[in-house]
Amino acid sequence: MGTLLLQAILSGLLNGGVYALVSVGLTLIFGVLGIINFAHGALMMLGMYVSYWLFVLYGVDPYVSLIASALGLFGLGVLLERLLITPVLEAPEHNQLLLTLGVALVLENLALFLWSPDPRTLTVSYLDFAPMVGGVMLSPPRLIAFGVSVALTVLLYAFLHRTDVGKAIRAVSQEREGALAVGINIQRIYALAFGIGCACVGAAGTLVAPFYTIDPYVGGIFVITAFVVVVLGGMGSYFGALLAALLVGLAESVAAVFIPAAMKQIVIYVIFVLVLLLRPQGLFGPGRG
Amino acid sequence: MPLLALSGVTKTFGGLTAVKALSFAVEEGEIVGLIGPNGSGKTTVFNLITGFLAPDGGDLTFAGRRLVGLKPHQICRLGVGRTFQLVQPFHRLSVLDNVRVGAFRGTADPRQATAVAEAILEEVGLAAKKAFLPPSLTLAERKRLELARALATGPRLLLLDEVMAGLTPTETAEMIAFIRRLHRRGLTLLIIEHVMQAVMALSQRLVVLHHGEKICEGPPQEVARDPQVIRAYLGEEAASA
Amino acid sequence: MRRWLSRLAWLLVLVPCLTLPLYVGQYLAHLAVMVLFFAYLGVAWNILGGYAGQFSFGHAAFFGLGAFTSTLLHLHWGLSPWLGMLLAGVVGVLVGLFCGFLSFRYGLRGPYFALVMLAFAEMLRLLFETWMAYRYPLGLPIPLQGTSLAAFQFRDKRVYYYVVLLMLAGATALCAWLARSKTGTYWQAIRDNEEAAEALGVNAFAYKLLAMAISGGLTAMGGTFYAQYFLTLEANEVFGVQISVEILLSAIIGGAGTVLGPLVGALALQLLAEATRVYVRAFSGFDLMVYGAILIVVILFLPQGLLEGLRRAGLALRRAAGAA
Repeated sequence: MGTLLLQAILSGLLNGGVYALVSVGLTLIFGVLGIINFAHGALMMLGMYVSYWLFVLYGVDPYVSLIASALGLFGLGVLLERLLITPVLEAPEHNQLLLTLGVALVLENLALFLWSPDPRTLTVSYLDFAPMVGGVMLSPPRLIAFGVSVALTVLLYAFLHRTDVGKAIRAVSQEREGALAVGINIQRIYALAFGIGCACVGAAGTLVAPFYTIDPYVGGIFVITAFVVVVLGGMGSYFGALLAALLVGLAESVAAVFIPAAMKQIVIYVIFVLVLLLRPQGLFGPGRG
Repeated sequence: MPLLALSGVTKTFGGLTAVKALSFAVEEGEIVGLIGPNGSGKTTVFNLITGFLAPDGGDLTFAGRRLVGLKPHQICRLGVGRTFQLVQPFHRLSVLDNVRVGAFRGTADPRQATAVAEAILEEVGLAAKKAFLPPSLTLAERKRLELARALATGPRLLLLDEVMAGLTPTETAEMIAFIRRLHRRGLTLLIIEHVMQAVMALSQRLVVLHHGEKICEGPPQEVARDPQVIRAYLGEEAASA
Repeated sequence: MRRWLSRLAWLLVLVPCLTLPLYVGQYLAHLAVMVLFFAYLGVAWNILGGYAGQFSFGHAAFFGLGAFTSTLLHLHWGLSPWLGMLLAGVVGVLVGLFCGFLSFRYGLRGPYFALVMLAFAEMLRLLFETWMAYRYPLGLPIPLQGTSLAAFQFRDKRVYYYVVLLMLAGATALCAWLARSKTGTYWQAIRDNEEAAEALGVNAFAYKLLAMAISGGLTAMGGTFYAQYFLTLEANEVFGVQISVEILLSAIIGGAGTVLGPLVGALALQLLAEATRVYVRAFSGFDLMVYGAILIVVILFLPQGLLEGLRRAGLALRRAAGAA
């Protein structure tokens, strides 16, 4: 039981790192544009396929194609923002939600149409071993995914706080009118933020590709978890998202020790509903008025 | 017994005191003006009376009933109607249906509600526009729609929040005449107004707020001479100059 | 004259609707059933989402519960699914009240309400999937009885057509009546501006709960119809996100907050889905891709739905005719 629990805690934390990268992108988009991006999971799926195909067709190592999927999704994100999101920024919230849902439907089923529903796996041969340390199995791809995810999350945080562009993005998310007044080009910031959010989730897709079964609907699992994390961390908060991601990863994986595996997701939903009802500002946000 | 009575009402937001130990009363059949510089807490007082905000201390009564703890819709049903400073029409409902919402307070019969709403639209001069959607109305028309909706609930006390802001002199004169007609019909009114001429002409009594506190109360002529009131208003002008 | 014209128009709609099964085969009857069925679900969703303005993203919760309620009652106690459908409606009402109480009590609005409903549906899906895997690993053994009125089973799809036509007619009539009544007017006021509605004496909490109850009850009854029509039941299907999406799509695409919107939307979507299935049969996913694209186009260019688009086109035509 002891090692089982230890194993659960470890893999929970490792998953949490990836959730962090996915959620940070979602929370960035929400914070700046005020949009809940339902297409986030589908974009992650695209990131997975980018690396899969680059590997299968050209033998590109996924840790190299990480750059391709992040850049590719950044471009796609900017395009989506310009073409589809900008026109609905002033529309009712449910129309924004439906629009991103439409994007998700198109992307997922385009993938299904192009690449069939067959589940695919990407095995990195040089990482195909599993050392045991103190009775706990370590999976190298998972460790790498965790490390790179957390590093990218921290990097994004630094970018938003240290660089001029990052500060402009934060200014827009905190004080739209004020940002306009000091001459920030809001349209560009929107496109940039959406692009960066997509790049994050694309990178996350690549990072999990070596140990996740890839299929057109795989993003659905992550997007729900990411919603939970974002709400839990306080909508629009990056540091909150990182903490909440680790917490959710942990809760999910520890719960799986005690209840049937299929039920572990229920734990996530229960947390989600409770947080939305009782602390909609998130676990780490300020208390209620 | 006054129709509306506030005693020692206090409201704070975070560390800021918006309304401080405020007491005043409105007698049945009166028109009382609530004035004060920007940010003096007038709209907060309306929100406290109508249940959109809960006071941190003090008591509010309407016709002898305590209002504290009641929801806005319950307070409306007791007979308190209000308008909003920024007009808040139901933008996808026609002008007629906007007023029907108010009229349904008194009846569940759609035909009767329509009849009541049409009569009120006739009165405020919007009958010709009853099929229009609110976004296509002028500001003056939207203000009248706001008033018509509140009237349709059949209130005993009507709270008007800056119904004359942004109106032309002619429209203001029409509005004053209309409010006088409502008053003659027995309605009690509490009005917030920035257009001084209008509020001086209409009100029998003024309550002056400054930083959430009542600094003066009395007939318009007296209030206009009060040195504290003059200082409050001049201070605001000096600060904004 | 006008009155006679409108009666004539009604006849022109009603007669073909009522006699359709006389001159179509099983295939077209199935298509017609699907159109009417999704129109019915759209009407049910529309009451909450289109009129009361509470955007539910998890109507599969009601749908799945309805399907399971009647089916399990039939399986275990031999209760007729017709009665089961009524009980499913009761379950839908109760669950609607429960979810609504939780959500509205804590002031959830807009996308937060949408997400909580999604979470409710997903929780039910996982619970039922787990329970099914444990209790019925081979699926629910629904006894097939050919055509039996008592068992709500018919070999001929044209019988189902009349059942769902009746359901749709009932729901639409209810919706049309409510829309003009005090209740419907209050719902729309809440949708457009909850605070202003409260100031006019509208108990927003109570009226939102009422919308949840009616919408949930009707949707759950739709679940029973689905179970009886397909005579199979998979938890991941009836509680799935896809059902939630399909339920709201017909209302949104047709025109949320209008009586006939869901019918127009269901007609457009089902015909389109069928066309893509027929012409690009070889490629799975194509129909959903087209759904997504249409959803995007409608949100961008016709945010009020197809019905509003048709109305505008009609106005433009009339103006053009008047000018000529």
